[in-house]
Amino acid sequence: MEMRRDVFQAIADPTRREIINLVAHQSLNLNAIADKFDVSRPAISQHIKILAECGIIIMKQQGRERYCEIQLEPLNEVSKWIEQYRIMWEERFSKLDMLLETMKRDEAEGSGIKTRKKK
Amino acid sequence: MANKTTVTAEPGKQELFITREFDAPRELVFKACSTPDLIVQWLGPRGMTMKADQYLAKSNGHYRYLHTDTNGNAYGFHGVFHEVKAPERTIQTFEFEGMPEPGHVSLETARFEELPGGRTRVHIQSVFQSVADRDGMVKSGMERGVTEGYERLDELLANGF
Repeated sequence: MEMRRDVFQAIADPTRREIINLVAHQSLNLNAIADKFDVSRPAISQHIKILAECGIIIMKQQGRERYCEIQLEPLNEVSKWIEQYRIMWEERFSKLDMLLETMKRDEAEGSGIKTRKKK
Repeated sequence: MANKTTVTAEPGKQELFITREFDAPRELVFKACSTPDLIVQWLGPRGMTMKADQYLAKSNGHYRYLHTDTNGNAYGFHGVFHEVKAPERTIQTFEFEGMPEPGHVSLETARFEELPGGRTRVHIQSVFQSVADRDGMVKSGMERGVTEGYERLDELLANGF
């Protein structure tokens, strides 16, 4: 159904996340990866194909074997996006902090609890 | 020291969480988050003014507000309040009107937790209809961040550094 081929699609599936974790430590060939899972080899093959299309791993030919190598750059995108989203909320909440200070002051004055501070 | 804002968005999930503490009692924080005149003072992103067309923060109420940037572009948001239980909790729907097609709605639950010393912890959970919707929302936050970055650069350039 979905034809998205980006980093979010890559990490949307738990098996693909595990594959990413595996090859993050060392480049592995298809058999070595498939051995770690209970799912069929063609299924693993399909996940690796998607990861390659998403730019998360690249296939490197070494002799007769093809190795999966991690590309960390696209994964950093995700944390960057979340960080920017967080900053947006941080800016809003800083304004809310200031508003709350004003409200606290108003409330203290309104209830007659005057805190006299000398300037 | 400023309180830290935490955003948790686990890969492959349809939800995200925002948590933040405030140095004010729960009643006050709840009021600032549910009174239209007060919300417009803080919910607009940097460089935007916020105006609430409607804001009926009670169970079965509804809201619509606009963020307007300095070029006059307006971004509309609306939804309904499923439950407003002062000062503990609000549950509401949320839709950004700028999506290519309507119907991308998220469900937002805000919990206001009372802490010792007149402090409050706010927990927001947003549940989206799909992982793609959630990631798109987070991404649009980033795109705005990038735009703001450029605007700041423009300011610097205009002032000749």
